Amino acid sequence: MAAARTYFDKVWADHVVADLDGQSQLIHIDRLVLHDWTAGWIMPGFAKAGRKVANPDLVFTLVDHLIDTRPGRTRSQSNAATGTEIIETARKHITDYGLRFFDIGDRRQGIAHVVAPEAGIILPGMTLVCGDSHTCGNGGVGALAWGIGNSEAEHVLATQTLPQSRPRTMRVTFDGGLGKGVYAKDMILALIGKEGANGGIGYAMELAGSAIRSLPVEGRLTFCSMAIEFSARTGFVPPDDTTFEYLAGREFAPKGAAWDAAVRYWRGLLSEDGAHYDKEVHIDASALRPHVTWGTSPEHVLGIEGRVPDPAAAPNAEVRRQHEKALSYIRLTPGEPIAGVPVEAAFIGSCTNGRLSDLRVAAGILKGRKVAEGVQAVCIPGSASVKREAEAEGLDKIFKAAGFEWHESGCGLCADMGNKRFADQRVISTSNRNFEGRQGPQTRTHLASPATVAASAVTGRITDPRPMLG
Amino acid sequence: MESLKSVTGVAVAMLRDNIDTDQIIPVPEMTRSTEETHERWGAGLFAYWRYIKDREPNPDFILNKEPWNRATILLGGANFGCGSSREPAPKALRGFGFRAIVAPSYSGIFFNNCFRNGIVPVELPMATVELIASQVEASGGAGLVTVDLEKQEVKAPGGEAFPFKTPPALRAMLLSGLDEIDQTLLRKAEITDFQSKDRSKRPWVYAPGLES
Repeated sequence: MAAARTYFDKVWADHVVADLDGQSQLIHIDRLVLHDWTAGWIMPGFAKAGRKVANPDLVFTLVDHLIDTRPGRTRSQSNAATGTEIIETARKHITDYGLRFFDIGDRRQGIAHVVAPEAGIILPGMTLVCGDSHTCGNGGVGALAWGIGNSEAEHVLATQTLPQSRPRTMRVTFDGGLGKGVYAKDMILALIGKEGANGGIGYAMELAGSAIRSLPVEGRLTFCSMAIEFSARTGFVPPDDTTFEYLAGREFAPKGAAWDAAVRYWRGLLSEDGAHYDKEVHIDASALRPHVTWGTSPEHVLGIEGRVPDPAAAPNAEVRRQHEKALSYIRLTPGEPIAGVPVEAAFIGSCTNGRLSDLRVAAGILKGRKVAEGVQAVCIPGSASVKREAEAEGLDKIFKAAGFEWHESGCGLCADMGNKRFADQRVISTSNRNFEGRQGPQTRTHLASPATVAASAVTGRITDPRPMLG
Repeated sequence: MESLKSVTGVAVAMLRDNIDTDQIIPVPEMTRSTEETHERWGAGLFAYWRYIKDREPNPDFILNKEPWNRATILLGGANFGCGSSREPAPKALRGFGFRAIVAPSYSGIFFNNCFRNGIVPVELPMATVELIASQVEASGGAGLVTVDLEKQEVKAPGGEAFPFKTPPALRAMLLSGLDEIDQTLLRKAEITDFQSKDRSKRPWVYAPGLES
């Protein structure tokens, strides 16, 4: 009898075009997503070399990285020095090659990893790559998706394949139910806090357990988007009825008999009992609290009742040096409670937490409340579609009445795309990276869920959202 | 693609764990020009740490000091190159003059990007990296290190040789400098054959929005 196989084993096997050296394989890539920055860099050289796009139907392009998000933007407006030039270069070559393009003004424009699931571009059992490390978020619908560099993107454009070493497998199981005010963001931060920011190196991470199963697809996308902050190659939630209900009827998902055939195929990919994983991690979801980062790595994370660690208590000299460096950048004192730290800005958005359910949770807290004086608060919906749906529900009015700016969709403010809005400020943020300088020069980022960010915006201090939830 | 067989030179130790690609090259350094030169990318390397203000060197930062400003090998900590997928990270290291990194582990995207930019990322245990770093530092940088990709061996200033492994396909690509796309296009028949079989198994992949 054949050995029991995992979901990953089956999906990988179904994508091997050729074995290269016994360790790496030439893998078929089902979906290539090119954003403005990748396309603008690689396509001039690609065209000059006379390259042909191998499978134009499998390529989706859009504008998200360098575009300004401020209301009333024009279609090439950027705060980055060469941003406008790169966007226009991308647009020209994408148009010349006749690729599918969600440009500024298109109903489907938005952040790549928000758009791909919501338009049904990414489906279970598929491989998807994009020139952005948070591409792994697409694993929330059961895809194998990961970020790549520009050279690899060019390779996929020309061949629809990528040489890849086969990752090891890890299963992370969250048992129990989540408490009120605890979300997918808190789960992934808790995992990184427990296992370290390098705990996932070399692994494809399957997510399992009742707390994962009970997450809506948008929560699964949030969780998987931060698999890269765990340094995993990718993370994924094998599909179930929740996934199928979410995807059915979306623009690029199959319809009719083709859909039924796809669902049958997807069900056949599920991990089998007794399948081997190279590593297993278990976390009790019912014990989790809202989490927030205190330092400059996603592993620098605490429960909301926690205190900033004392480097003197670090387990070894290396960790002590790291904690000292992080504290000197973030300007906090050892032993200080993380709740109550004053913030100067609040950001809701990104491929991690810029979806409709995120905005609903935040609006639930902001309704009838005001952002604290002196706090600049910005919401950037993850896609044009999220923005439309939020406006149809009146969420934009709640955000604006509370004192939030309401922007157009894009990646801006998650990374320093040139506008310096958060320069030298402390920001409570739903984004995914708290690295030095990530959101601007000397910006001190604290990562948290949309509920925690909304609650903190209202009080002007890092705040436990649970008492403010209706 | 740029090839590499072996490099011998000054090795600089930056042994912190989790050095991320936002530190290796911050976004504003990536967007300040569309030039593709070693000088341009090299100038952006570690910009937040290396410069006090715009281009004024921070005298305390190691790469601004002799002899470390001539380093061609970087000794790093665990999870080197984590975070963003930006290929300008290895480009900035290469632009500065680095041809090899020796560290206990790498983030996967950065690891793959290195081979395509003339840099070999060598994996050796932390104790070995620390041993090499201590010999280099004891010599004030005069003791050179060799990273030989053909032999897959790192030679410490004291003369000890440490074998390492790299993925065979990536190693062959870096040794030869052959264009990766051209190499894969030699397999076009295999790719077409795969797609034609796969299309009957998973037709929805090849026709987004398929209705039937």
